[in-house]
Amino acid sequence: MANIEIDGKHYEVKEGENLLEAILGLGLDLPYFCWHPAMGSVGSCRQCAIKVYQDENDTRGKILMGCMTPAKDGMRIGLEEEQVSDFRDHCIEVTMANHPHDCPVCEEGGECHLQDVTIMSEHTTRRYRGKKKTYENQYLGPCINHEMNRCITCYRCVRFYKDYAGGKDLAAMASRENTYFGRHEDGCLESIFSGNLVEVCPTGVFTDKTLARSYNRKWDLQTAPSICQGCSLGCNIAPAERQGKIKRITNRYHGEINGYFICDKGRFAYDHINSDLRLRDCFVENEKTSYDEALQHTVKLIGEAGSCIGFGSEKASMEENLLLKALVGSKNFCSGMPAAREQQLKEVLNIYKNARTELISLKALEACDCILVLGEDLMASAPRMALSVRQATRNLSFELADQTRIPRWQDEAVRTLAQNERSPLIMATVSGSELDEIASEKIHAAPAQLTAFGFAVAASLEGKTCLPEIAETLAGELTEKAKSVAAQLRTAKKPLIIGGCSLNSLALIQACGQIATALSRARSNGTVFKTPVSFVLPEVNSLGLALLLDDHTLKLEEAVQKGSEKAAIFLRADIYKHLPFEVAEKMFSSISSGISFSELPNRTADKCKINFPAASFVEQEGTVVNNEGRAQRYFEVYAQANPSIKEGWRNLLNIAKGIQGSLAQAKPLAELACFDDVSHFVRNSAPVFSTWDQVAPDSKFRIAGMKIPRQPHRYSGRTSLQANIKVAENKAPEDSDSPLGFTMEGAPTQRPPALNALTWSPGWNSNEAINKFQDEIGGHLRGGDPGVLLLREKQGEDLQFSFTKAQSAELVAVSQSRLFDSCELTVLSAALVQRADIRVAMLGEATAHKLGIQDGDLINIKVGKDGISLPALIDRSVPENLVSIPNDIHTQNELSAALLPAPCQIVRAVS
Amino acid sequence: MRILYLIYDYIVSNVKSVWDVFSHTFTKADTVEYPDEMPYLAPRFRGRIVLTRDPDGKERCVACNLCAVSCPTDCISLQKAEDETGRWYPEFFRINFSRCVYCGLCEEACPTYSIQLTPDFEMAEYNRQNMVYEKEHLLINGTGKYPNYSFYNVSGKAVSGRKKGEGVNEAPPVDVKSLLP
Ligand code: SF4
Ligand code: SF4
Ligand code: SF4
Ligand code: SF4
Ligand code: FES
Repeated sequence: MANIEIDGKHYEVKEGENLLEAILGLGLDLPYFCWHPAMGSVGSCRQCAIKVYQDENDTRGKILMGCMTPAKDGMRIGLEEEQVSDFRDHCIEVTMANHPHDCPVCEEGGECHLQDVTIMSEHTTRRYRGKKKTYENQYLGPCINHEMNRCITCYRCVRFYKDYAGGKDLAAMASRENTYFGRHEDGCLESIFSGNLVEVCPTGVFTDKTLARSYNRKWDLQTAPSICQGCSLGCNIAPAERQGKIKRITNRYHGEINGYFICDKGRFAYDHINSDLRLRDCFVENEKTSYDEALQHTVKLIGEAGSCIGFGSEKASMEENLLLKALVGSKNFCSGMPAAREQQLKEVLNIYKNARTELISLKALEACDCILVLGEDLMASAPRMALSVRQATRNLSFELADQTRIPRWQDEAVRTLAQNERSPLIMATVSGSELDEIASEKIHAAPAQLTAFGFAVAASLEGKTCLPEIAETLAGELTEKAKSVAAQLRTAKKPLIIGGCSLNSLALIQACGQIATALSRARSNGTVFKTPVSFVLPEVNSLGLALLLDDHTLKLEEAVQKGSEKAAIFLRADIYKHLPFEVAEKMFSSISSGISFSELPNRTADKCKINFPAASFVEQEGTVVNNEGRAQRYFEVYAQANPSIKEGWRNLLNIAKGIQGSLAQAKPLAELACFDDVSHFVRNSAPVFSTWDQVAPDSKFRIAGMKIPRQPHRYSGRTSLQANIKVAENKAPEDSDSPLGFTMEGAPTQRPPALNALTWSPGWNSNEAINKFQDEIGGHLRGGDPGVLLLREKQGEDLQFSFTKAQSAELVAVSQSRLFDSCELTVLSAALVQRADIRVAMLGEATAHKLGIQDGDLINIKVGKDGISLPALIDRSVPENLVSIPNDIHTQNELSAALLPAPCQIVRAVS
Repeated sequence: MRILYLIYDYIVSNVKSVWDVFSHTFTKADTVEYPDEMPYLAPRFRGRIVLTRDPDGKERCVACNLCAVSCPTDCISLQKAEDETGRWYPEFFRINFSRCVYCGLCEEACPTYSIQLTPDFEMAEYNRQNMVYEKEHLLINGTGKYPNYSFYNVSGKAVSGRKKGEGVNEAPPVDVKSLLP
């Protein structure tokens, strides 16, 4: 700790942190551009000038850049002195000399860091009368708009895009004061993190093109805290709405998960909510009905059948799944997942809960200095994690910096010092991943071999020679590699094992478990070493659903069978996705009393007698559990006006109310009236949920008697927006289920992080305002990062897993994860659909040669009776005798990814 | 002293007031016989709001929303749209005059001189719903009080008929390929 004096007042700050960070951390204002809390300082914009005095006797002082000066004990600093505020005023004046006069037509306006800094630096009158510089713009794809005139050459964009996120196609070009930030030519930005440029760029050079389609200013957008539904990481987001439409999604800072950045899927995949394809009415036997009528029919149907099978979903919230399970009874509950996936998730839970493992957040992941990734293409299955892994490989450079006594935040110096030196990252995947380029070791092998490799690493960690059947499966070279990987894991300061469900292999998850056990044994002396592990799971609430599985839970096929005799409720679940087509068809032909809740049409809903439209995640509240076991709540962003679209949990309570006479287990549910009741029900349902109340404050929470407003305090057009319909204003919708209100009135400050989606503070209109909400810069949110870790401290035991040799097959089809795939999140997003790759089957050269297949040939891959036709892509990284096919939703009669990996046959389709 | 003050207060001032009223009987009236006669209203009078056009006849409003956010009664709403050349314009523009207090803050906030208050106050309606004006009721065919200003001439943004560097006081676009000093 260092004691420093700022403008005559004494403060305590961290010794060695840069003064800009220290000053902002104290809650004071100091303008800046080029420094970024996650990317450190480069000292290029000169806006953060302060006066630094050496000691008591120094009366003159020096003007220094705050972001480049480490805090030292006894320092005296002038922040508001005339000389430095003049300096900053002149500095911004020069910066603004060429800035265009286009704020009114700039999408950044109203949330622009440049506007804020200009005002903060007290620059009000333009004196420069010369000609202004202009630049041509570029087409940067469907997501990002480019208006180069607005650039102030702070270099944040390239520092994020290239240095931080590893992008290739954005650079600073041209020379001297002509510097141009863009691509070598027009074209879509390739990086899957490109959307962050919108928030990273302090000006309006890069703006959100999807918002521009129907633009509104930040002050006009209604928001609520939400959780991304794109993958299992549960990044915190802030969807924004006006006039019943979601207009954009931005990052919502979470100190342990996404920090300042999210991926492009999280940011741009929201059109499915606004889509015309959304189901909006209730149907009974294809007849449009009112909600109440449909409800009556449902109750009658279940009453007649006497009992009901419930199909849950990984995409539905904890509340929905749990209520469904309680409604139908655990013996009639099915997770809606294929049996194999259920087993994998159970094993993941087992390793998380019972092995000597430590669950780690993305933030903690960034501190790991040796990472083994087994079977996951993180860029596709957990993009934000891939970004964290990239940062983790920089730990070596920080160590080098520490040795040479360069502060870690001296970004340019640290990067120059380290050059390409990186901490070890071992990427063991089926085929090439974008992270391979920073991996110290890349291994491309079939899932069976990856499993064997994992067990070999575990054996080596325990100093054993691996079993003969493992050695047999592994090629000779991999056995050696396993030894060196084991050695690295053993000596690393903080090793980490990343696994997951993408390859649909239980054995691979067990291999991760075995490594964790072996590593814990190898490194425990005296104290128990808990191996950090992280598993990437298929969907947003996979882990939550796994927590509900018990011995009674019906297997999918069993449940569909039983469903044909009884009534069946399908909760946002498209069962077709998970079964061989013929099996699904046959089973569904006999289900006569299906009841579906779905947002969009799907094949399962088509087969149901009663259809309810489901609310999307922005139209209801709910809780999801991410891959780390963190339960996080999302809230209604706007009130759904359509009376047929009700919250998922309310639908189930309504059914329970109707059916309580004939279904005994429905009685306790019928007594629940509001979301708080449901939360308490969840809390009391199992010990693992005992801390459920801490997920987020309940609906009675108030600050000085006030609710928390969803609308910014300067929300405009309140008396006019609906005036064309009715000039007398309607009462704002009420929200009795959460502490949030649908107006601009309410608590202006002190909002708990779990309830706050608006990053705004007086004078700080852009998202840079987040520094006012953190306990320290880049740290936790003040009041604690939202969410509750359900799987906390435990002792752990030596779990042992055994290797079973996979059956060998001539040719194996494995599933390939894709970020922009063909599921509704991407396909219905007008922007992302343009960025989606076409679906291809990837084969290695040797395999292709053997089968006589050329690049681009249309091939037919058959697994059992199901098949799929795809163009072939010959990729050197794919191992022999393997074909890798996309795992996204398959339409009509196509092979379901749930069946993979499986032996297959390939025939060339005659063209 | 106090006595004198009371005498003034209760007697003299009352007599003076009566005299003042009486003497006004012989002066010229300031009021006019409205509606038979129209009073003079200065151009800066704050009455019915209009949306004006650029000197070249194009819609001036760029849908920046500054008027809406500055309006103390929140009675302006609009939605931004963009034509193929990048020019912003309001898809709809609505003022609920039954809420407007004619404060003129919208006019002050407008960076394009589009929204202007005019010397017309005859807006009474029997039906309040008719006080809601849409863009078609607001947009006039002229420049209003500010004849020469055109925002896009000075904005730096390329829109139809004006490429980068062709605006007022703009240098031609930077040649990024040149390395010359
Ligand atoms: S484009 Fe934005 S982030 Fe990049 S240098 Fe210019 S102002 Fe900075
Ligand atoms: S990484 Fe996953 S959770 Fe995070 S924004 Fe992307 S898709 Fe959403
Ligand atoms: S005159 Fe005042 S009240 Fe009327 S629309 Fe303009 S800002 Fe609003
Ligand atoms: S302030 Fe002027 S330009 Fe902006 S929206 Fe209002 S009328 Fe249009
Ligand atoms: S923020 Fe310190 S020089 Fe740019």
